[in-house]
Amino acid sequence: MKYLKQLLIILIFTFAGEILHYVVPLQIPASIYGLVLLFAALVLGFIKLPQVEETAKLLIEVMPLMFIPAGVALLESWGDLKPILIPVAAIMVVSTVLVMGVSGKVTQGIMTHAGKKQKGEAKDHE
Amino acid sequence: MNSFLQDSVFFGVFISIVTYEIGALIKKKWNVAIFNPLLISIALIMIFLLVFDVEYETYEYGAKYLSYFLTPATVALAVPLYEQLEPLKKNWKAIMAGILAGALTSAVCVLVMSILFRLTHEQYVTLLPKSITTAIGMGLSEELGGIVAITVAVIVVTGIVGNMFAEGICRLFRITDPVAKGIGIGSASHAMGTAKAMEMGEIEGAMSSLSIAVSGLLTVIISILFSHIY
Repeated sequence: MKYLKQLLIILIFTFAGEILHYVVPLQIPASIYGLVLLFAALVLGFIKLPQVEETAKLLIEVMPLMFIPAGVALLESWGDLKPILIPVAAIMVVSTVLVMGVSGKVTQGIMTHAGKKQKGEAKDHE
Repeated sequence: MNSFLQDSVFFGVFISIVTYEIGALIKKKWNVAIFNPLLISIALIMIFLLVFDVEYETYEYGAKYLSYFLTPATVALAVPLYEQLEPLKKNWKAIMAGILAGALTSAVCVLVMSILFRLTHEQYVTLLPKSITTAIGMGLSEELGGIVAITVAVIVVTGIVGNMFAEGICRLFRITDPVAKGIGIGSASHAMGTAKAMEMGEIEGAMSSLSIAVSGLLTVIISILFSHIY
């Protein structure tokens, strides 16, 4: 029963997210509303961690399986991907390198600047 | 073959789990980023469908039930985010600024390169969610009118690229602080990068998993705004 009860709580937040998605005229996925609501409930103490923990971790553990059908659907949309394969590959590599570099560098710069990390070897600031 | 498989609701679920387990075994044997269980599973199923001439619809007939749990599973991401609350509080300014900078860099990069390559609006919004977790990225791509299957493929491959080159990129940009490394890796390459961050160290791993959720949330807002630009 433990898992079932926890699933019920998660589904309540999921459903609340779907209602918000229906009511609010923004392109925010229902799951995001649910995520934020559940997070807020945990922070505010309405929901205690042990009330959802096991089922949440189970769902997260099996989550990769849920992406498989969408990935296989590439068979159907291969025609859409083929003509843009090179641009897509270029965008993927360039942006991954830049995003990792910039966000790491900014975090490090601000931490060094705040003096929290005196020993940091970073010399340049962003 | 098609008609029998079409009647079996479990075929799609079964082949998904079997191929995923095969992928997990291969990953365990050779710990290389390219041997990603999700990627292996997708590839094996595609090969199976092509070799035995099975329609995608036949597979999807059963496999779609797997996807039904994606929304609650994404909601459940609130739990690991909540568990990272303490480390977040300690350096929140630097962390939030870093993740925001990463999400903006991703959007600007996709925008500029999409214009350069003359991609269509549909192709552009398909790529906007590329750095975030598949759970959020799939929903976002759908909302923006992108091609979800391509978004998923791009997210997975981005994760593999991030996982493979994380150490090199940190060296290249002289990112030495473990918190900054984790934030960079998680912002750029979600859960697959985080797997690498966890190997690098405990702080790197915790920070990287924190960035998955925060970056996902910020990217939703940024992508919606950016989808109107081009």
